[in-house]
Amino acid sequence: MMNDPRNEPWREALRKSMKARERTLLERTAMNEVPAQTRRTNYDEVNTGYTAEMAVQESQRCLDCKNPTCMEGCPVNIDIPTFVKQIEARNFAEAAKTIKQTNIFPAICGRVCPQEAQCESTCFYTAKLNKPSVAIGNLERFTADYEQQSGHVHIPEIKTVNDIKVAVIGSGPAGLAAASDLAMNGYKVTIFEALHEFGGVLKYGIPEFRLPNSIIEQEISVLKEMGVTFIKNFIVGKTATIDDLKEEGFEAFFVGSGAGLPRFMNIPGENLIGVLSANEYLTRVNLMGAHKPGHDTPVLYGKKVAVIGGGNTAMDSVRTALRLGAEKAMIIYRRSFDEMPARKEEIQHAKDEGVEFLNLTNPVEYKSDDKGRVNKVILQKMELSEKDASGRRRPVPIENSEYEMDIDLAVVCVGVSPNPIIPQSITNLELTKWDTIQVDPEQFNSNIPGLFAGGDIVRGGATVILAMGDGRKASAAMHQYLQKQLVTTDN
Amino acid sequence: MGKIVHKENLSENVFKLEIEAPIIARKRKAGHFVLIKIGDQGERIPLTISSANEQKGTISLVVQKVGVTSHKLAALKAGEEVTDVVGPLGQPTEIEHKGTVLCAGGGVGIAPLLPIVEAMKAKGNKVISVIAGRTKELVILENEIRAHSDELVIMTDDGSYGQKGLITAGMEEIIRNHTIDMAVTIGPAVMMKFTSLLTKKYNIPTIASLNTIMVDGTGMCGACRVTVGGMTKFVCVDGPEFHAHEVDYDELLTRLNAYNDAEQSALENFVKETDV
Repeated sequence: MMNDPRNEPWREALRKSMKARERTLLERTAMNEVPAQTRRTNYDEVNTGYTAEMAVQESQRCLDCKNPTCMEGCPVNIDIPTFVKQIEARNFAEAAKTIKQTNIFPAICGRVCPQEAQCESTCFYTAKLNKPSVAIGNLERFTADYEQQSGHVHIPEIKTVNDIKVAVIGSGPAGLAAASDLAMNGYKVTIFEALHEFGGVLKYGIPEFRLPNSIIEQEISVLKEMGVTFIKNFIVGKTATIDDLKEEGFEAFFVGSGAGLPRFMNIPGENLIGVLSANEYLTRVNLMGAHKPGHDTPVLYGKKVAVIGGGNTAMDSVRTALRLGAEKAMIIYRRSFDEMPARKEEIQHAKDEGVEFLNLTNPVEYKSDDKGRVNKVILQKMELSEKDASGRRRPVPIENSEYEMDIDLAVVCVGVSPNPIIPQSITNLELTKWDTIQVDPEQFNSNIPGLFAGGDIVRGGATVILAMGDGRKASAAMHQYLQKQLVTTDN
Repeated sequence: MGKIVHKENLSENVFKLEIEAPIIARKRKAGHFVLIKIGDQGERIPLTISSANEQKGTISLVVQKVGVTSHKLAALKAGEEVTDVVGPLGQPTEIEHKGTVLCAGGGVGIAPLLPIVEAMKAKGNKVISVIAGRTKELVILENEIRAHSDELVIMTDDGSYGQKGLITAGMEEIIRNHTIDMAVTIGPAVMMKFTSLLTKKYNIPTIASLNTIMVDGTGMCGACRVTVGGMTKFVCVDGPEFHAHEVDYDELLTRLNAYNDAEQSALENFVKETDV
């Protein structure tokens, strides 16, 4: 490639400044974190980030591969070797610009992406050397935080501004990513948010000890500077329909309305007081500030808390329970550590903070006191079957293994169904059998012309970065669609 | 949005707020509700829209002072603002021509009943309404309900107004003397439990509008779940109205108490602070 940034003189010189063998001998730089005993009592962010020295040291490990396989693992195709080498060259501001070419929210992604299953899993170190990968996620986070602290935040360039109005429904990761790309392409973007604050699951779902609200605010303020209009307390499908918005001149729509209805297990006692969904528990705390003085929303302070599930939401819930004063905070998961869908780092953090793991265990019933408050859960032991046709080992109940355990709060984190409001409000919108919006897997367009969708309303329940990837791909397709419309009208 | 244009007391603990919400005023139908929040640190509570004025761009909410948020609402004056108002939410009432419809509202439940009475009448039904309260001053919106009803019966527990007796007594008398094709009941959960038992006895299809705890109100948190016909339903997106005979009222009553202790102490603190 002629303009391959890898061939630039500074980068060639940098590669030669240290032998590849020397680089591979360096140990992966561990993330700084607040000690478990201190952090389990407060809401401060657990990971405190790299210093500049640590970041440079870590970036030296990167071999600047000719064929950077790490990029294949990134859903938004960040130019990973370029930004990592810019860090090594101590050109931190440029590194931030590089990331922001394809990912406008590095401070968020650097914190919540499952890098170990993405870029870091395809890094040369993991794939070929059987060594810990370059800490790409930690470096991304460092770059974003450095830029933020420098006070010179790079606002992406906007191409020629046009007068075409585009609506983004939902201000979660999918919507924010779509809005940013649409704004860069010059469209007049309005984000409609149902809640009273912006950020979607980043705000109501992910706790502040993992992603501080101030980080979300910063990223949103960049979008505002790019000219994106934010409207809160506005439920598309209720406050106004898609057709109403069309009448107001909106020409294309991106639906990122997210996951909705929490799933329960349909076992006896699940509607008792003190059995609640992770969405309710986390929203009360993260969005409504129930644990802070002066806030009106109440939350139940459990002493013996059972959290059902093994995903990131379960880890967030169980660690929240600790911070709300639980003496015993337990994960109850029907499979084993190997199958747990949560990020390894989150599982480790939970262990460090004193969370108990009851794996290969499943609740079968909740019992209550005479006021209808949960006071016991009946648990059943499970074992894993041989691999079935899908290659997964299914959990199978062990007969007569039931036992009772005292609890005073149960948080159910076994998944969510898509939010029904938008699908219900659009006639003839094609849905899948899971009630998610049916879209083209590349273009993200639905069967309704001009209506695109991405994130959990399409995937059912996925990650922040996959939602962002959807938002970006959809916005590229929306750009094409709108340009085509323009040509058609001109003729 | 959210500015209070008019406020009036309907009884000692019940008041009516007319607030600016032009888009909601245009979109709302009978049965819809809104979520409101006061201040940055407020909680989100659901309130049924009692009436709307499309020309003025306002909606009316009738509120009973129960917890911190309703007390805070009560303390707001005309000209001040409700920080957040979002809606209209929920499924609207199915308004059809049924024949004779019995509409039964108790206490503050008379307010959400009003738009249904109005719509049922406008659809050509014969509307017989029964409204009730513990005592005279808790019977609200009498004139408004009367204006859209063919007949109106008022019941008070203590006999201070209308007929003495529970709402079910008034309803039963009407059921005996008329052919009722459908009933609608809105009021405290315990009242709806017994009005439902009554109409079930007479095999009258009945709709109940449930008021539960909600956080987001958009189908996300599941705090509002109830068992209807043996299935878990979400009041915010599946309701607020359900077939009254299928609702598990005992579970509903239990779940309404979920945060009682916290709410009670918060209210005591609030009253203490504001009195000083």
